[in-house]
Amino acid sequence: MSISLHQITLVHANGTRALNGVNLDVGAGERVAVIGPSGAGKTTLLRLLATALRPTSGALNVLGGNPWRLDRGGLRRLRARIGMVHQAPPIPPRQRVVTAVLAGRLGRWPFWKGLSSLIYPVDIAGARAMLARMQIADKLFERCDRLSGGQLQRVGVARVLYQQPDLILTDEPVSAVDPALSDHVIGELNREAIARGVTLVASLHAVDLALHWFPRIVGVKAGEIAFDLPPVRITDDMLRDLYASESTVVPTQAGEPLSMPAPGIRRKPLCS
Amino acid sequence: MRSEAAIIPLRDPAALPRLGLTLLIVVLLWPGFTLAEFDLGVLFDPRNREIMGKFLGTFFPLELSADFLRLLLKSTLETLAIATAGMTIAMAVALPLSFMVTRSLSISRIGPGPGRWSGRAARVPPRFTLMFFRSIPEILWALLFVRAVGLGPAAGVLAIGITYGGMLGKVYSEIFESGDTRPAVALLETGSGRLAAFGYGMWPVALPEIVSYTVYRWECAVRASVIMGFVGAGGLGQQMELSMRMLSGGEVSTILLVFLLLVVLADTVSALLRKVTA
Repeated sequence: MSISLHQITLVHANGTRALNGVNLDVGAGERVAVIGPSGAGKTTLLRLLATALRPTSGALNVLGGNPWRLDRGGLRRLRARIGMVHQAPPIPPRQRVVTAVLAGRLGRWPFWKGLSSLIYPVDIAGARAMLARMQIADKLFERCDRLSGGQLQRVGVARVLYQQPDLILTDEPVSAVDPALSDHVIGELNREAIARGVTLVASLHAVDLALHWFPRIVGVKAGEIAFDLPPVRITDDMLRDLYASESTVVPTQAGEPLSMPAPGIRRKPLCS
Repeated sequence: MRSEAAIIPLRDPAALPRLGLTLLIVVLLWPGFTLAEFDLGVLFDPRNREIMGKFLGTFFPLELSADFLRLLLKSTLETLAIATAGMTIAMAVALPLSFMVTRSLSISRIGPGPGRWSGRAARVPPRFTLMFFRSIPEILWALLFVRAVGLGPAAGVLAIGITYGGMLGKVYSEIFESGDTRPAVALLETGSGRLAAFGYGMWPVALPEIVSYTVYRWECAVRASVIMGFVGAGGLGQQMELSMRMLSGGEVSTILLVFLLLVVLADTVSALLRKVTA
């Protein structure tokens, strides 16, 4: 089992109850999409899995153990095995793309290698290969503040691909990327997870992307898991319920109504 | 949505604390003026005005003889050397210490994880060291070092190195904290070490601020070296002390003009460096 959450509750320092009795088991190599309205707890869930947040109560197991029972060295080694794509890529604006991508392996490199890479990039070929998968290889030596929001998000994905983690977490990784490229980026993340047999948990704003690429969909609402099903068993009613607090339509990439003909399943039109 | 709107009140919850803080600041600042015997009227008293006028009158004309200018050039170079060497030492003191006290670079704060209390305790000694270095005025350090290494610029260099090391270290760590810390924290969250997270996530964010503050401090160091010159630590200050003792106001005003030029120079260098690092 790659991830296991049992009755996980997380209350933020300001008193907000972000997760409330969440149960979730994800096996090694599984690919899970997390969907839900904004403020539902998707980011908190991912940050919890990334060991950036500590649960208030409940039993947590990430990559073979409770991260908060590990000592300092153990926790660092565990964190080096977890890759997180942030919605707003945490990359200094003045940093060059090549440096930002190579930073993905800082958790595994000895410190002298990381520092010498600041003087001269130690693995230009490696960084370029990952950027090529994101179709921005030409930006290799560009400064990050010269990139568009979508390009920067793809640099963030390239960094995690370069990190080669055993658990890939992505928090709305394509929110600023245009639809055609979003499909490519999410596809690339899925191909990576399949090729290396690692676990992928992705929160997505666009439901059509989630239903298209992921064999398992977890709907999160108000800090609780609303449903946890394969895409073919998800009905329009479930989706409409999930997003009821936010809008009357289910969010998709291009803003068009969701249309996913699933053979053998009766689907009602989304907006009747 | 509607229920949430009902719970959130229409009054700004930050207004009351802000008002309280403003009142507190006023209450704290007011005794300062009374204790410092601050009274603008004294400045416009006719007798005082006359004395000030006489003092300023001795400043003209400027002393521009070739001999004095040559002497001035030598002292100016000496002052620049004191300030620059002192700042180099100060940065060597400040960078490692500020790196140690920066809270955002603490791995154990994430979560919080294991070693939180030991991490917190480890930040105390370097913080105290910085406080100690800057709490003693540079003039006292200079007096101490004049006794240790003798009269001359070396004492000034050491005094600036220590005091300014303390100031730079404090402000550096504040610059690190006040910038965007997410890049560094995100790296710590993927298992990166403290030094690597600093180099990849914090230094590039803070660099322009660090450069402009350091150049400003260099400018201050030039001025500080003057005061230390009065206690025999070389440079323009020593020259100024001699001129003052000989009651030669023309020389003093020429030296002051050189200071103005040095400040202009520092300003230009700062603007240039900011452009380069932006």
